[in-house]
Amino acid sequence: MRTTHLEDNFQQKIDAEERIEPKDWMPETYRKTLIRQISQHAHSEIVGMLPEGNWITRAPTLRRKAALLAKVQDEAGHGLYLYCAAETLGVSRDTLLDELHTGKAKYSSIFNYPTIAWADMGAIGWLVDGAAIMNQVPLCRASYGPYARAMVRICKEESFHQRQGFEIMLTLSKGTPTQKAMAQDALNRWWWPSLMMFGPNDAESQHTEQSVRWKIKRFTNDELRQKFVDATVPQAEILGITIPDPDLKWNEERGHYDFGAINWDEFWQVVKGNGPCNQERMEARIKAHEDGEWVREAAMAYANKQSQKLTEQVA
Amino acid sequence: MNLEFESQDPLVQYCLLLADNVLILGQRLGEWCGHGPTLEQDIALTNFALDFVGQSRLYYQYAAEVLGNPHSEDSLAFLRDVPAYNNIQLVEQSNRDFAQTIIRQFLFDSWHYYFLEQLQHSGDERLSAIAAKSIKEVAYHLRFSSEWTIRLGDGTEESHKKMQAALNRLWVFSQESLNPADYESELISKGIAVDLAQISAKVAQKRKAIFEEATLNMPELIPFFGNGKKGLHTEHLGFILTELQYMQRAYPGLQW
Ligand SMILES: [Fe+2]
Ligand SMILES: [Fe+2]
Repeated sequence: MRTTHLEDNFQQKIDAEERIEPKDWMPETYRKTLIRQISQHAHSEIVGMLPEGNWITRAPTLRRKAALLAKVQDEAGHGLYLYCAAETLGVSRDTLLDELHTGKAKYSSIFNYPTIAWADMGAIGWLVDGAAIMNQVPLCRASYGPYARAMVRICKEESFHQRQGFEIMLTLSKGTPTQKAMAQDALNRWWWPSLMMFGPNDAESQHTEQSVRWKIKRFTNDELRQKFVDATVPQAEILGITIPDPDLKWNEERGHYDFGAINWDEFWQVVKGNGPCNQERMEARIKAHEDGEWVREAAMAYANKQSQKLTEQVA
Repeated sequence: MNLEFESQDPLVQYCLLLADNVLILGQRLGEWCGHGPTLEQDIALTNFALDFVGQSRLYYQYAAEVLGNPHSEDSLAFLRDVPAYNNIQLVEQSNRDFAQTIIRQFLFDSWHYYFLEQLQHSGDERLSAIAAKSIKEVAYHLRFSSEWTIRLGDGTEESHKKMQAALNRLWVFSQESLNPADYESELISKGIAVDLAQISAKVAQKRKAIFEEATLNMPELIPFFGNGKKGLHTEHLGFILTELQYMQRAYPGLQW
């Protein structure tokens, strides 16, 4: 078959909502786009462990400590599923990690902001996991099978994280004036970075059109951002805290909330590496990887010795 | 609320010993989260931390019930200072590197497993129930730390060296779990606490077997003068509690 035929078949399959599996033919750009998208997501999961892991030793109660440990462990699990999904496209986890460590690959910029208070565990669960769900639920129907299946598992856990984060915020908002102020402060700091999580406006976004055609993206950045705002405003009202946007108001005509302009200069600066924690996050990941090298080597050496022993026994 | 902790009830002291051991080790393992040598090990260590925090809550809840108001699992964990903590000194030792973490874990698990095996037969129903619940998790911990001790001990020259150094360094703390404190002896005579003399041979045997397979030299037994079980600790515990208790100390008496 000529490539054009293959490509036509491929697109027909996608249009018919059939899944593409690892052994199926796929255009090289589809493969590359998927590797970029899945690995970026995987990297976000493991870098995202750092700002929350930061509070494990300081959680205010044993119940909260256990829940936070479980949450961060879930995120590590998400990273693992996603690296495995990426590996089905013929790229190794080592290669992907190298790309992260050298700065070639990106991860979600939100994790370059610091977690300076306990309330941030609430705000992250509520807003950041909340935004992740908006992004990810449509991906449960992504055209690439292993990715879609990974997303199904992940989304279940993310919605649990979102509820848990909201519950932390709710406890604070029902607490003393100091606690309520903590909740408000966390919302003030995490609101705008959460909106930025959906990426540049559609007019500025390079990848959207082709990705929508390939069904590895089902909604545009702006559509998802709007959904998130619409879902989150009533939740902030329940909490009795104020979203830090004077332009936020219900638009009867559109049936959506209008919201103020996002500071894209800040967004691009953080993407470029100039956020408050970019360097620390990368240093922590690289250090973990380098410190772990002797462990990985030893595990390999031991496994080799064992299989050698086995062959000798057989012979 | 700042609880001056003075209960001399041996059952309470014993519960605190068991709770503090696993909470402090859980706290240490929690420090690894996000920094493990591979994602799989990161997940395993975080999972153990989660198991340990969960186990500590069961013991604290029991102790709090025995003590009555205003005690709770959280007041016991967050409002006692260093001298009122009963954990053995092994668990408060720092993570340093993966070798030291694994040796610390194995020295703990190789005692903890046989300990819980016996605690299941405690005359105290509540303790025996906690032991029955925890031992399933701990059986896995022991398997994991045994396997990694062997793998790294018998891996490369470098890993062997690191593991031997970690073992030499931590060995001095290896016997405290087997020395009964006075409150423990009192409960042993009542059939409530585990008779440590009865499990010490099994513990020693397990350690010997695993270190042998790991090609590590087991140092000679050293008499141990520390007494974490009676609230005498190394310098580490104060820093651990500073982090652990930060929120409850900075904002006393609030719901979180
Ligand atoms: Fe996640
Ligand atoms: Fe999550």
